[in-house]
Amino acid sequence: MSAVWTVFRKEVVENLRDRRVILSAFFFGVLLAPVIFGLTTTMVSKRAVANQDKPLKLPVAGADHAPNLVQFLRENGVQVEDVKLTSDQATDSVRSGERDLVLLITDEYGKALQAGESAPLSLVVDTSNSNTSPSADRARQLLGAYAHQMAALRLMVRGINPTVIDPIGVHTLDVATPAGRSLLILGMMTYFCFMSMLVGGFYLAIDTTAGERERHSLEPLLTLPISRSELIVGKMLATATYMSVSLLLTLATFGVVLTFIPLEALGMSANFGPRVVLAIFAIMLTFVPMGAGLMTVVASFTRSNREAQSWLSVVMMLPIAPIMFAVVSGTKPSASLMAVPSLSQHLLATSLMRGDAMPALHVLICVGTTLALGALLVGIAIKLYQREAILG
Amino acid sequence: MIQVEGLKKTFGTVQALQDVSFTAGDGRITGLLGHNGAGKSTTLRVLSTVIRANEGRALIDGHDCANEPLQVRRSLGVLPHASGLYAHLSGRENIAYYGELHGLRGAELKRSVDEMIERLSLGSVAERRAKGYSQGERLKVGLARALIHRPQTVILDEPTNGLDVNAVRMLRELIRGLRESGRCVLFSSHVMQEVAALCDDIVIISHGRVVVRGTPAEILAKTGAPDLEEAFVRAADGEVAQ
Repeated sequence: MSAVWTVFRKEVVENLRDRRVILSAFFFGVLLAPVIFGLTTTMVSKRAVANQDKPLKLPVAGADHAPNLVQFLRENGVQVEDVKLTSDQATDSVRSGERDLVLLITDEYGKALQAGESAPLSLVVDTSNSNTSPSADRARQLLGAYAHQMAALRLMVRGINPTVIDPIGVHTLDVATPAGRSLLILGMMTYFCFMSMLVGGFYLAIDTTAGERERHSLEPLLTLPISRSELIVGKMLATATYMSVSLLLTLATFGVVLTFIPLEALGMSANFGPRVVLAIFAIMLTFVPMGAGLMTVVASFTRSNREAQSWLSVVMMLPIAPIMFAVVSGTKPSASLMAVPSLSQHLLATSLMRGDAMPALHVLICVGTTLALGALLVGIAIKLYQREAILG
Repeated sequence: MIQVEGLKKTFGTVQALQDVSFTAGDGRITGLLGHNGAGKSTTLRVLSTVIRANEGRALIDGHDCANEPLQVRRSLGVLPHASGLYAHLSGRENIAYYGELHGLRGAELKRSVDEMIERLSLGSVAERRAKGYSQGERLKVGLARALIHRPQTVILDEPTNGLDVNAVRMLRELIRGLRESGRCVLFSSHVMQEVAALCDDIVIISHGRVVVRGTPAEILAKTGAPDLEEAFVRAADGEVAQ
């Protein structure tokens, strides 16, 4: 067993001195990932806040025809802009993007209103422009509210209870918890965690076979009085250590970065205290043996460093694919999904961030399957190391 | 002491070793001579327990290479054909790593490493990272690494390839020193002069077969050649049946 320790220590020291390893392992996790994450999140949340707080600017053509309506809009915080446009001009200016939307009022409106008929109004909008749809929605809502108010008044004048036109009262109950809303953004974080974990062990996994072979240091190493199993176990332990450290550093940096991101302005709260960080670390840690085993197995089939690098870049996408899928489709945790490594860690980590309860069964399945697959891959890597072909 | 009997080894369809038998005694230097691709490296790899022969038996100091690889490795020091160092470790650390894997610890390890550094006159070079080493310095560290556990049997695969005159001299002296202390030294080469300058016994191998073996005088007698170079050419080209 002491040979394993000797190999482990040498690998850790040697790679600590390799600038290439340190850059890729710790630069990505500690600097790059949180910076990318921080920037995108800040941008998204700033935009959401801006849309919410911006007062609705509504160009109105023919405001003279409907003084009461314009008054109602002003009372509801709309900045009414008086414009002189014909129907065609209004259409053109919205189509060209010059104006977000235009409310057209014609003299028909006043006449119809007086006659007690349905009074025509035109709201010119461009639904293909997603930036303006919140404004259009708010304008439509306000016009609807005005119409409803007017209808209620007319009924009351005729001695009828206005609730007859409200046969159904819909109350919308928003159950999104503040932390739940930030989920999509935080989902991106588990992706970065996996990435930095795998990048952290990337060069060490290659070095175990292809690297030693290319440096011609493998053959003398194999003539020493230790078994090949001890050798590769020591090397894989070093790989796993680099992966774990890279993961922990990334999570810690995220913890710091998140305190600077205005998630609260969005009505979101990031559940990311030290205890949650440690719990996520523990969950993600179960993936380390599998990642280390997978990378070592793939690298052991390659002939050179270069070949190993290109293959491993492909392999690194493998655990990340299910996460992408889950983030996009909004998959909910279930017992069967917990048997999928990487996806299960992602789902449990998001549950932790959301502050949801995690069923013990889910945790058990996640940890059990991932560790079992990890043991299998490590076993295969050890087996492959016994082949004569590893000498190349 | 190395005893080899009827080694056979195939890689896929290639028959690398067809029939290799020889003995290399303690306190003697034995040269394994042959053209490139004759089977020298394969033989040495079987002896250093990195690969296994399909047939035949190889014993190092009485231990079977196939069945007792760990015992074999304990009494064996190997300098493979290309012997790479760890560039980010110093020469001393490179040597100490091998010492530790041989089970040396603490003060004993330090004493052994110091001794090797002195014996190979590495001096302050040993404290530098191996990255910038010259070829001679790399060879010295490679040798120190292979000899750190004072092996009874030493195997060197084409050790003089690409070395300058000084390094070759140093190597020869070291090999002679090993003989004086009663070690068994086996080294391979494809250069006759190299072998003639050093060896007590010569084994000539061709197409995976040992064609002639014996002391230089015996080889001259068996091949009927006027000098060793002619003997090598005749033997390696298969003109002599043993």
